[in-house]
Amino acid sequence: MSVKQQVIEILAQQAVLEPSDVTLDSTLEQLGIDSLGLVECIFAIEEAFDIQVPFNANDPTEGDFDISSVARIIAGVETLVAEQS
Amino acid sequence: MNRVVITGAGTINALGQNVPQTLAAMQAGRCGISELKFRDVDRLTIKIGGQVHDFDPDAVFNRQQLALYDRFTQFTLLAAKEAIDQSGLVFSGELAATSGVVLGTAGGGVGTWDENYRSVYEEGKNRVHPFVVPKLMNNAAASHVSMEFNLKGPSFTVSTACASSNHAMAQAFQMVRTGLSKTMITGGSESMLCFGGIKAWEGLRVMSKDACRPFSANRNGMVQGEGAAIFVFEELQHAKSRGADILAEVTGFAMSSDAADIVMPSQQGAARAIQGALRDARLNPEDVGYINAHGTGTAANDKTECAAVAHVFGQHANALMLSSTKSMHGHLIGATGAVELLACIMAVRDGIIAPTIGYQEPDPECALDVVPNEAREAKVDVALSNAFAFGGLNAVLAVRAFR
Repeated sequence: MSVKQQVIEILAQQAVLEPSDVTLDSTLEQLGIDSLGLVECIFAIEEAFDIQVPFNANDPTEGDFDISSVARIIAGVETLVAEQS
Repeated sequence: MNRVVITGAGTINALGQNVPQTLAAMQAGRCGISELKFRDVDRLTIKIGGQVHDFDPDAVFNRQQLALYDRFTQFTLLAAKEAIDQSGLVFSGELAATSGVVLGTAGGGVGTWDENYRSVYEEGKNRVHPFVVPKLMNNAAASHVSMEFNLKGPSFTVSTACASSNHAMAQAFQMVRTGLSKTMITGGSESMLCFGGIKAWEGLRVMSKDACRPFSANRNGMVQGEGAAIFVFEELQHAKSRGADILAEVTGFAMSSDAADIVMPSQQGAARAIQGALRDARLNPEDVGYINAHGTGTAANDKTECAAVAHVFGQHANALMLSSTKSMHGHLIGATGAVELLACIMAVRDGIIAPTIGYQEPDPECALDVVPNEAREAKVDVALSNAFAFGGLNAVLAVRAFR
């Protein structure tokens, strides 16, 4: 499964949606994922790809990891996966 | 001062997954202590406990709830639902704003600590689930009850080892009695039956390998249990005006500190708490028909407790009944006083005295009527519930039949 598909599945599971309902331009807010849900998603992503996501729940917009849309999150994860290998 | 009554009760413990099952088991003198079942139990010396079997959290809670609910929180929510359903109360407006939840627990989310320490120490993982802290914190159960039932008044958790739930219920009682709240949800919950939990207790060498036999000369230690019991405490007029079914009246309590030893019990400290509860409830010693003993089944507790009761009650000590239901459900540590309050309610409401089971040999140092092995029918107006914790912190509650 591609990084894109895996990230979408993680977000869909958290949002209790079908993966087909998670579009690339969706925001977390539109998906109904709150701050606690976001922390769970980050954890699930780290577990799935064995990476360290630079994310600070005190200020989610502060770090290098862009969470403004599904597409940005996928891009961020792809970069981290590439850096790691 | 307001009068305080109990209008709802709920529980889950080794004897049953609700109040009727639990009381029926106590009446039948059934033992809920069994072989422990959890990971790495083969590395323990102590392999028995009052464990809750046949409970499937997945059937009750959804995935997101389970990510946040340690087992002690799961127990609390189930017991709270039973209690609040029975009371018929719905919390909204002013009632919600002043009603709160005060719970006791000694260990909080012990299972969550245990699992996550195992994963980082033993399995070498460097990452834990983000909800480890909100799941294991001692106040998690109280907070989830407040959220689930819309309780917006004073809420907190009390932790005084084996007296936690008695101390908690004393606080709730005080709040209703003094008019701070019309209703309070209170009780306790504990879930320490996991490898690390039992391993820690093994260290003290006070645990029995075969049975909990309080007051019996051949007793050889305590047996741990798990579970929760939750009550609705309500101001009398409030309960009456809505036609609530009143289970019993809480009439007094007292607390004392031994200020002596971190583990050894003190006769004087226990006696002062019992005397204090009688005074607070305006009772004469002769009024008391039943005492649910702390009765842990250790050499030290049982003889000290009997000496304290004999000292406080004098001649009447031989007339009253004193039993330890820990022989059936085990020692639920921070929840024990709450589960044991059920036996006190059964005594004053139904006239059934729960027995001390596993009683085999009389001990001259525990020469009281411990209701050995079989439940008894008796008309009892007033019952006391004793809790004497490690650390020398004692709390005794008095309940009276509401007729």
